[in-house]
Amino acid sequence: MIDARGLACPMPVVMVQKAVKDGAPATVEVLVDNQCAVENITRYASNQGYRVSVQEQDNEEFALTLTK
Amino acid sequence: MESEVKLTKLASCAGCGAKVGAGVLAQLLEGLLVHRDENLLVGFYKSDDASVYRISDELALVQTVDFFPPIADDPYLFGQIAATNALSDVYAMGGDPKLALNLLCVPEKMPKDAVHQLLRGGYEKVYEAGAIITGGHSILDPEPKYGLAVTGFVHPDKMLTNSGAKPGDVLLLTKPLGIGILTTAAKADLCPADALALAHKLMTTLNKSARDQMVQYNVHACTDVTGFGFLGHLLEMAQGSDVSVTVDTAAMDLIPAALELAEMGILPEGMYRNRKFAECAVDGGNVPLAVQDMLYDPQTAGGLLMAVDPADADALLAALQPVVPSAQRVGVVGEYTDGPCIKLL
Repeated sequence: MIDARGLACPMPVVMVQKAVKDGAPATVEVLVDNQCAVENITRYASNQGYRVSVQEQDNEEFALTLTK
Repeated sequence: MESEVKLTKLASCAGCGAKVGAGVLAQLLEGLLVHRDENLLVGFYKSDDASVYRISDELALVQTVDFFPPIADDPYLFGQIAATNALSDVYAMGGDPKLALNLLCVPEKMPKDAVHQLLRGGYEKVYEAGAIITGGHSILDPEPKYGLAVTGFVHPDKMLTNSGAKPGDVLLLTKPLGIGILTTAAKADLCPADALALAHKLMTTLNKSARDQMVQYNVHACTDVTGFGFLGHLLEMAQGSDVSVTVDTAAMDLIPAALELAEMGILPEGMYRNRKFAECAVDGGNVPLAVQDMLYDPQTAGGLLMAVDPADADALLAALQPVVPSAQRVGVVGEYTDGPCIKLL
């Protein structure tokens, strides 16, 4: 689980990139709290061959599940 | 010690990316009483770069203001960029900037030398433009901001708005795209040094040479590409002129390092704001997502976008190339019928 809440772009997508480069498991879960981070991570993960599902939670938070 | 101030760390969003979105801005202005004046040639009711007021049959005043949080860590560089950006709106109207006033917001603890360097950057760029800084105003603010109110002149018959494009016109752009992505990447130390140096060079290149060539040819419309991104500003031009435009993305000069970063999802928040505002009027066709993202990327001190009479387009481009090597042909203007008014090829 990557918790990137409270971080402005581009830090959330950078954290996901680091996890993927360090050999992330087939499923990566990420928590963010802004739409820009959702979009940036979706673009990156899709280009890396992940399927991305986004679940909007209460208080404007988003849970992303990246699956290979 | 003092040289260690990292200005961009003090800002939540950088440069023209801090601009209020175009759609939101329209809502904020809605319903405000606008006074008409027969000498006000370009004003509040148009989405243009600067206001223009006729003083006589031969002279009109061009006025604009622009300021934003740091887009570079070095205060001198930030000052230069902010001034280049503020002056640009006058050039986009075909005008010649003459007077400028500083707008400065500084944290109380910001080292005096850093503030001095910031102002020096602004002064030097304004002098390079042939204009003078005559004063200004400064306030204390935890987040630094800098910019200028600029006044220039233009002949009323030679003023260029963003709403005069005609079917058949050729679109020219004078700077490559990707500046916003590079400066966003730089905040996370992800921007290659040579690409960041290019972004800094572009953001401190005045649009003066481009304007000086432009005014010698038959140009129907002009705007500068800044916070709303290439497509946001192009949309204002297309809608204001009631035309459609076709953009040849394959021929466009997109900064390669920025395109790579776009593919990695390193995109500024302003890009998404611009996309949300303009995409309903854009037919993206088969153009890859990362290329489209580049066209929505908010630029700081971007280039001039001109709609040029087809008879003059080749000659103007040839005249621009020695002084503005990045000048390029990016598309053509057509009749508007229906549907999205911007088509990407």
